[in-house]
Parts: sequence; C-alpha cells; structure tokens
Amino acid sequence: MVEIKVISGADAIAQAVKLCKPKVLPMYPITPSTLIPERISEFVNNGELNAEIIYVESEHSAASALFGIYATGVRSFTATASQGLAIMHEILPIISASRFPAVMAVANRALSGPLNIWNDHSDAMSERDQGWIQLYCETAQEAFDTTIMAYKIAETEKVSLPLMVCIDGFSLSHVYEPVQIEDAIKVDAFLPEYKPVVVLDPKRPVTFGPVAFPNTYFEFKEAEEKAMLEAAKVIEQVHAEFAKKFGRTYGNGLVELIEMKDAEYALITVGGTTGTAREVVTELRKKKKKVGVIRIKSMRPFPAEQLRAALKKVKTLGVIDRHASLGFGGALSNDVKSALQGQKIIVEEFVAGLGGRDISKSRLHDAFETIIKGKKGYWLK
Amino acid sequence: MKQIIVLGRGGQGAVTSSQVLAIAAFKDGKHSQAFPNFGVERMGAPVRSYARIDDKPITLREQVYEADYAIILDPTLTKGFTEKVNDLIIVNTNKKPEELGLNTKAKIKCVDITSVALKVIGKPFVNIAVLGAFSAITKEISLKGLEEALKQQMGNKKAVFEKNLAAIIEVYALAKK
Amino acid sequence: MVKKEGRKKNSKECSCGGTKECACESSQKSKPLISITKGAVILEPGSTKKYKTGEWRTFKPTIDLARCIKCGRCWMVCPDAAINQRKEDGKFEINHDYCKGCLLCAKECPVKCIPYVVEEK
Repeated sequence: MVEIKVISGADAIAQAVKLCKPKVLPMYPITPSTLIPERISEFVNNGELNAEIIYVESEHSAASALFGIYATGVRSFTATASQGLAIMHEILPIISASRFPAVMAVANRALSGPLNIWNDHSDAMSERDQGWIQLYCETAQEAFDTTIMAYKIAETEKVSLPLMVCIDGFSLSHVYEPVQIEDAIKVDAFLPEYKPVVVLDPKRPVTFGPVAFPNTYFEFKEAEEKAMLEAAKVIEQVHAEFAKKFGRTYGNGLVELIEMKDAEYALITVGGTTGTAREVVTELRKKKKKVGVIRIKSMRPFPAEQLRAALKKVKTLGVIDRHASLGFGGALSNDVKSALQGQKIIVEEFVAGLGGRDISKSRLHDAFETIIKGKKGYWLK
Repeated sequence: MKQIIVLGRGGQGAVTSSQVLAIAAFKDGKHSQAFPNFGVERMGAPVRSYARIDDKPITLREQVYEADYAIILDPTLTKGFTEKVNDLIIVNTNKKPEELGLNTKAKIKCVDITSVALKVIGKPFVNIAVLGAFSAITKEISLKGLEEALKQQMGNKKAVFEKNLAAIIEVYALAKK
Repeated sequence: MVKKEGRKKNSKECSCGGTKECACESSQKSKPLISITKGAVILEPGSTKKYKTGEWRTFKPTIDLARCIKCGRCWMVCPDAAINQRKEDGKFEINHDYCKGCLLCAKECPVKCIPYVVEEK
C-alpha cells in the first residue's frame, strides 16, 4: 500500500530498509543517526521486519559484523555518523576490497574535535577513498528512494561495491516532511532477492580476506577502480529504472542540474544545502541574473564527465564545501578543480556550514555575489 | 509560505509541537516541514523548534530567521525574547499581553493553557494543547487535521491521545473567545 | 563460480611475491604470479598446505616412538601445528614438511624422547 506520511529523514531510511528486507543487522547508535536503528529495532520487535539485530559494542564491531554477515551471503544494513564512521575506517576498505554490496546510512556530522554533534560532511568526505560508493541526499523522500536504489546498485554483479547513503545530520535526519512510502510488492519487483556469488559454507570451504602480496594487491585495487567506473553507469541505469517505476528523479542519479541551461555563474552543492540554493536561484533569476546550481549526488564515483558537460556556458563556479581538507581547500572543490583541468572556468571555493553552522539563504546570496563580482572564495562563516 | 517558531524548555515537548503542527497541515492537504533547532537535549534548557507550511513543496532548509507566528510554551521565555515575528505570538500564560513586555511588532495572544492541561490531562503538558489555540486563531491548520496528526503520533497510546485531543478542543474554544 | 580478473599464472614461483628487487625470473618479468578472484576469495580450501615451509630448518627433531608416553606436550607447544597424533597407537610424530626446527618440543618433552640432529643440506 502506498502511503504518504510526514516523517523524519532518518525514519524514511528505516522505512526503506524495512522494504529491502535485510536479514541480519549490526547496529551501534550514534547521534544523529540513532533514529535509524531505533526505528528498525521497532520494526523487528513488532514483527514488521523479519531480521536479527546484533547488539555490537562499537562501530568497529558493527563494520566487522557487516563484513561477516556479507561473507555468509545475506543482505544487511547499518547506520552511523561522525566518530562512529571514523572508528569504522579500518574495516571500510576491507568490506569494499571483499566486494561486498553492503549498504550503510551516514547521518553526516562534524568530526570531533572540538566535540560537535551537528551537521557537516567531514565524516563521510574523509572516507571517500575507501572504495565505497557515496550518494548524498537532499530530501527525506530522496533518502527513502536512494536507500532502495542503493541495494540494487551495490548488488549489481559488475559493481559489487559497498554504498553509503549520506543524509545531513539533524538538518535532514531530524526534519519532518512528507514522504511517499512505496508499496512492498512494487519494491520487491524492483529489487530482487540478493544472490551472492561465493559464501562462507562449512560444506564448501573458502577463504575470505587473505593476504595479497605486492604481485596481486595492485590488481585487486585496479579491479575495484574498474568496478567504481562501472558503478557510474549502473547508478544512472538503476536511477532511470527507478524513475520509470516510481516516477521520481534526482537529476540523472549522479548529478542534478538546476537552471543550468544558460547559467553563467553556478554554485556546486552537496546534500541539503541544495534546497536552500534552489530558493536563492529562483530569487536571483527574478532579478535576471543568469545563475544556476549543480548538485553532486554521487561523490564517489565522481561524475567528472557530466560536470564538464554541464558547464558549457559557465564563467565562474563557486563550490560550497561542508568539509575542509585543512591546508588545501575542501574535498569537493579539489575534486571539481581536477575534473575541470584544462578548462577556462574559474573555480572559487567556499568552505561553509562546518559543525552545523546554518547555510542560510543570505550566505548563499553572498557566495553568488562574490563569484559574479569576480572576487575570491572564502570561508562562509 | 508561513514559518512558525515554537519556544519551550527541554522536556516540554516543543519539538513534538512543531512535528504535530506540520503533520496536521499535511493532513489538511498542504506541504509542511518541521525541524528542531538541533541542540543537545537538556531538561529545562531553552529549546527552539520550527515548522513551515506552504501550498507548494518546501525546498528551503535554512533555519527560520523571520517567523510569521511564534508559540511560547513557557512564559519565562518572554524575557530576553529576540525572535523576529511578523504576525502573531501565542503565549501560554495567565497574564495579559501588556504585562509581558515583549519587544515585538506582532500581535500577542495570551492563553492560559497550563490551567486547561492540569484540568483535562492532569499534568502540565501544554505542547499539544497549544495547537488548539494556534488552529483557532491563525486557521492555518484545522481541528480535523490536528486530530489525524495526533492519531499518527500517539494513536497507539489511547489514553494519552484522548486526553490531549480533549485538551486541544477545550483550548480551541478558549482561544476563540 | 567466481570470475577471474587477472593475468595468467606463472608456474615459476619464487616466495618473494614478484617484487622487482628480487633476482628471480618472475620478478624480472614483473608479471603477477597468480590470477586474482573477485573480492580476493580463495576458493580452494586448505591451499596453505601446498606451501611446505620446513626446508630451511637447521635442527631436525625426531620423536623416539619407543619412549613416547603420549602426554601430548610436544603437540601442544608446537607453534606450527607440525606434530600429529598417530591413529594406530596414540603416539606423536613430527611432520617434517612443516617443522621449522625450533626445538620447543624437545625442550618441553618430560621424558626427553625428542633428540635432534643438524639438518643435512
């Protein structure tokens, strides 16, 4: 039964996970992702989801259990944020190198210290090199939809990579807004049962996680890189299929272009900031300013090609980074710059919204004004 | 688009107020959004929560800097009140508007919700009941929508649901006067 | 089955793992020695057995079965699981394919029935 309900972004993810029917769930709650395991525990408790929860003692264990669960060949899920993701760091590349299609929700939160529980992207951006696909969401509906697409993308045989569904901590995870919760049968038809290729089975012993000497390690990484590039195509395909079945689109699944047809000045955003940026663009368009917004939905794989194609008429780009690569800009602006290598587009970087500082309309107006006037980017404090 | 600020103290349920308000607006067929001014939860500390109501989908994700309406759950929060409110402020108090000394250009409506809550619910739970006053004065949400919203949020706790609904209806009548 | 994603196996193996620093044939050709599987799964169980690791030992211990009292201490202390219990009489013997000659067994044997000699090479 299709149902539209006003629920939080975190709840939307929990509802989607329920429809994807994971069998075993290792979860360790951490603000602001806590609502997700909380809701899923309710579903397991009241029988809406037939799964077993493992009460692990840390996120390191949650990630390790995720590895173990996928080695046995069943679908799983976990959620975390900030320091929780940081403590998982050690296990993340092991999961991706093992080519397990794990799905994890990250309610993006600033990394301590100083201790801070609010939203920025420093946690997930710091993990972008670990072989995990990263999809960032703007709305609660998108968080719901992306979670369902996530399993399909990750489990596509030529991809076989883990995936992070990233939502802004608090400013999406705790925001109540209307979400269309899809029909279970329709989701089943979209997302078939997970069929692993090799599993741990005492009757047919195999080894997971062996040592790879210098003569093979390189090849394993090369295979992951190929899979990542393949993932870019698969994300588009799965997104197109989802759009056809459920009638909702998010750009092409990798990037979303807002008023970009004739835009000469554009901001690049990730996640919820985009919503506010849409309003700012509408306001500036009324004043006949040729402005637009490009939203990067897929941070890894990075849609460099699509980005270049979208910038035909753009003179200056402003990149809104909710993460600082201290000492050299931010992850997003650095990626954008290398994607645009050799092109005559000026890229200005704006580090914004660190530790939950609101990225308000007025701050985004300031950013647009800066690039239109040809001034330098700065920290949007 | 209408923007609403709910001010309360940690534990009073200001966040739930804005959530129920948003759900009620949605049940009335509008688009809505509710979110807390994300803080570390602490009993008694001032808490701010926001809601937005619009006829079209809401994409804005900044905090509310300039509200149309404000709801103040605890009258002590009128001291040092700095929010920009354009239209109306509803205060849970038995005092008169001019006694509060609020520095605002908005209209002030005082409703003694605590008394109603103590009478109907038996406890000083004002966060849901206050929405009765909001509905009666602003007409942004309907009583029917409120009932539906309440059912979604606390339908599984029958006694709590019924008492809060009764309180809403009584506050609605009180605010109409 | 798992798809092979690598180059072909080179039969002339050296334990260096194909690094260019080594003088072995495979290193100089700088080819990967073994094919890789998706996710680094080893599909053949017990494949470690193929690598006989006892060759380089200096001392070669042997259990004198006539004096063995089946206490199992040698079996317990062997760091390489190179000591097995015989099915027929419950006594212990050393698998010299894997024994590295550390002599822990000889030191711990309560009846001193594990003499050793210098390995002939």
